[in-house]
Amino acid sequence: MSDLFNKSAHELIGLLRNRQTSSVEITRAFLDRTRNCEPQIKAFVTIDEEEAIEAARRADSLIDRGEAKTLTGLPIVIKDNMCLKGRRTSCGSKILENFRPPYNATVVEKIIGEGMVILGSANMDEFAMGSSTENSYWGATRNPWSLDRTPGGSSGGSAASVAACETPISLGSDTGGSIRLPASFCGVTGMKPTYGAVSRYGLVAYASSLDQIGPFARDTEDLALMLNLICGYDPLDSTSAPIQYPDFTTFLNKPIKGMTIGAPSQFLDKIEDKDVESILSEAKTVFEKLGAKFVELSLPHLDYGIAAYYVIAPCEASSNLARYDGVKYGYRADNVDGMIDMYCKTRASGFGEEVKRRIMLGTYALSSGYYDAYYLKAAKIRTLITNDFKKAFESCDAIFCPTAPSPAFRLGEKIDDPMQMYLTDVFTIPVNMAGLPGISIPAGFSSDGLPIGLQLIAAHFQEPKIIQLASAFQNETVHHHARPKI
Amino acid sequence: MEYEAVIGLEIHAQLLTDSKAFCSCSTKFGAQPNMNTCPVCQGMPGTLPVFNKKALEFTIKMALACNCSINEFSRFARKNYYYPDLPKNYQISQYELPISEHGWVVVETEDGPRKIGITRIHMEEDAGKLIHDEHRPVSYVDLNRTGVPLIEIVSEPDMRTPEEAASYLKTLHSILVYLRICDGNMEEGSFRCDANVSVRPVGSSKLGVKTELKNMNSFRNVQRGLQHEIDRHTEVIREGGTIIQETRLFDPSTGATVSMRSKEQAHDYRYFPDPDLLPLRVSKEWIEEIRSTLPELPAEKKERFVNEFGIPHYDAGVLTASRELAEYFENVVREFNNPKSVSNWIMTEFMRAMKLDDRPISSILVKPGQLSSLLKMIDDGKISGKIAKTVFDTMWETGKSPESIVQEKGLLQVSDSSELESLITKVLEGNPNEVGKYLSGKTQLMGFFVGQVMKASKGKANPGMVNEILTKKLAERSEK
Amino acid sequence: MKITPEQVDYVAVLGRLYLTEQEKDKYLNQLDDILKYMETLDSVCTDDVEPMASPVELFNPFREDVVKPSLPMEQALANAPAVDGTSFKVPKILD
Repeated sequence: MSDLFNKSAHELIGLLRNRQTSSVEITRAFLDRTRNCEPQIKAFVTIDEEEAIEAARRADSLIDRGEAKTLTGLPIVIKDNMCLKGRRTSCGSKILENFRPPYNATVVEKIIGEGMVILGSANMDEFAMGSSTENSYWGATRNPWSLDRTPGGSSGGSAASVAACETPISLGSDTGGSIRLPASFCGVTGMKPTYGAVSRYGLVAYASSLDQIGPFARDTEDLALMLNLICGYDPLDSTSAPIQYPDFTTFLNKPIKGMTIGAPSQFLDKIEDKDVESILSEAKTVFEKLGAKFVELSLPHLDYGIAAYYVIAPCEASSNLARYDGVKYGYRADNVDGMIDMYCKTRASGFGEEVKRRIMLGTYALSSGYYDAYYLKAAKIRTLITNDFKKAFESCDAIFCPTAPSPAFRLGEKIDDPMQMYLTDVFTIPVNMAGLPGISIPAGFSSDGLPIGLQLIAAHFQEPKIIQLASAFQNETVHHHARPKI
Repeated sequence: MEYEAVIGLEIHAQLLTDSKAFCSCSTKFGAQPNMNTCPVCQGMPGTLPVFNKKALEFTIKMALACNCSINEFSRFARKNYYYPDLPKNYQISQYELPISEHGWVVVETEDGPRKIGITRIHMEEDAGKLIHDEHRPVSYVDLNRTGVPLIEIVSEPDMRTPEEAASYLKTLHSILVYLRICDGNMEEGSFRCDANVSVRPVGSSKLGVKTELKNMNSFRNVQRGLQHEIDRHTEVIREGGTIIQETRLFDPSTGATVSMRSKEQAHDYRYFPDPDLLPLRVSKEWIEEIRSTLPELPAEKKERFVNEFGIPHYDAGVLTASRELAEYFENVVREFNNPKSVSNWIMTEFMRAMKLDDRPISSILVKPGQLSSLLKMIDDGKISGKIAKTVFDTMWETGKSPESIVQEKGLLQVSDSSELESLITKVLEGNPNEVGKYLSGKTQLMGFFVGQVMKASKGKANPGMVNEILTKKLAERSEK
Repeated sequence: MKITPEQVDYVAVLGRLYLTEQEKDKYLNQLDDILKYMETLDSVCTDDVEPMASPVELFNPFREDVVKPSLPMEQALANAPAVDGTSFKVPKILD
């Protein structure tokens, strides 16, 4: 079967169950595809061909013995910030260029326990700081739909690898939009689950109170399958929620008649891009046709999301990234004169520009005399944003808005203007601030053929509602079936 | 002008949990460097802390014992600073919302008991250890101690003399050890003390500029360091100089304090709530449950010993200095109800032997029941006090019962009057000169005769009976 | 609030980063832009608003006091740039 790489995860699972193909065959198909695409896309930091084939063999023998689980034998790509025992986990940074963790992230344990096949690690903005995957020590990833454009970030490698059919599924992480933005730019389905739904243990921290792991897939069905695997309480993560999750696939292919969708004016008034605007209104028509009801909403503090985020996230990051000092692991500068010199040289040459900028920003905002004006103020505004959402969800099942203000921008277009880059996340950041689940699904294409995503947001742990809506939308539309020509 | 010192202490006590504060590594002291480390306490990328419940319970115990109020809500904060023994380059501590505040303890001073205020008790993690190479410009980092749970006990600046500070320190030390939440070992660093000290004219309410003193790893050194620093402050001020706010190290070899010259910037710890840990919530029920497990504390026990056993304050103080010793005392008294005699024995023979062997009570072979049997044998006249001491030594070495030792060595006191009469007759006949002198009025020689009889009996003669019979026999001779 | 070159220097020291003169200039301007944008926060009244440190509204995630095996020595030190015996080796700090 030569077109295996074009298939979705649930199609591949069907083929494996009926013994029409093997995990090794599937894995080879994706590795071949990857070999063909990578010179242009550069979605991977590391490709583990041998290990992947080995894992596929183990999966096949599980299948032979009748011990297969739902996703056994299915390939997956992991963002380069999730610890893989004994394998390079660099977080897109020179400072962790040769770091091989002695342990697996909890999600990686689950993936291995399920018998999935890890093809390799996906490229990302260094320490997940960025919206374009240009800030990687390993070089920029390109958008499969248009090679001179960014795939979005920071999980650009994870999104591009799914879009380019180098893998059926991947994992990313989302701190301010790092799953949803690249999903929108690359025309794939991506979800940031509720904060606390997926263990962060083993996810290299950027901003601990905002980071959350989530999947990328071709469609909502694949996404639900992956969520079933990765959601769950983890005693190793104090912020993990001790709750039971439903089988997310039971919310697929269900009618949405009578569901209420909130359309917040503060979001919709911000849309300047004509394509985004028209695609949003088409999407609204689809939902209405399916029987969903739209209500107007006001989220008065939404406008302050970006400003508050760019205080809180850099503050946490400045502390989280203090550990990279050349003592216990990672890069250490040569020719140093004493300890402090070693710290400063190691960090100056080990970190890239954006990471240093955010360390500076966060250090400043926490420093003596500024804490109240910045961190404390932002933390209070975070409460207001969260309360706005809580109130909104009293009158709707989900909130509807674009994922990004525009389709994918060009490589280099915003790299020298951090403030412009930060504004890319205007629709996604508030969701992280409140810890809510958000999904981005393909909703159409711009006039020049670039994918445009639509975001659905639900209340805490109400993933089923946005899965139900997204599934219904995808049953009615074909955007998610489109593939880039590569 | 007269000056007085204002002293506040910051005490760090390692909690006696089996595992570390935020990971499951062992807290055991003395392992090979970095043997007790894992991804979490090494601060590896992606790891997260999960708090040890027992560390919180231990902290609440100490807070209750120090009359602190327990905050229903508290949280961990990150204290950010770079040092190679701090793998994350931040320490998980508490800042704005500590677990407990506003306590006090009463300490003994020369002028009687004084109440010393406690500002707060909060929880944090310990750092690792740095060993400096003596020959090369390198240091070695051992992270075994990293993440061991600590409590920091911050006092009010309520102390005025080094003696008071030492007394406060000893009081807190004994409370911690009584609660069995800290082993109190100052040499190994499980109980550490930093001091803030300033000096001001007597009568002034304005505080002088303070210095922080570190590296005083014994009670005595705390006193020495403070005294030196107070003298230094006073001298500088008298000479019209000013004290610089700084951290100084005590040098035990010279007894002086020296400035820690550092290229470090002024501390700017950039505290903020640790997003990896959720707030703590301690219910009233939980507090009461923990309160009900508190043992009798040293001060209460001392009072009770004075009242219940009628022993002097001094004795009660010595006996209650350690919870184990106090329990030992009470166990002996339960079997032999003469508290003063028990206290005398414990404070002399028992503690002397203990000190000589440097043994904890738990490993002492003499069981309380055996010591009470020994004391009962003296009381019953079965052995003399002197013999009892040699019996005790054997008990100490072997753990045998006093009865079997007395039996084996034939040490039972001779109280048979006919046996004693013949012994005494022999002594009197063997010393005609002394008898003559006695009879002519030199009655002080009575002691000589008793001594001779005891010697002839190898110490086993019942001294009371010997006296009685001797008096009778000598009287008989004078009548002749 | 306008950030000054001295503050940039101070923050770089706190964050243990050497910056080139070029970087200092660049960061000075960019941080200034960003901080200016953040001034929008000042217009929001946050009196009586509790700060939010985490989206999780739970308490007391504890573990029991149970010892589990530490890392084997070869793994404990495997990623270290410099090792001596079983210790991490660093340049001398007191100089």
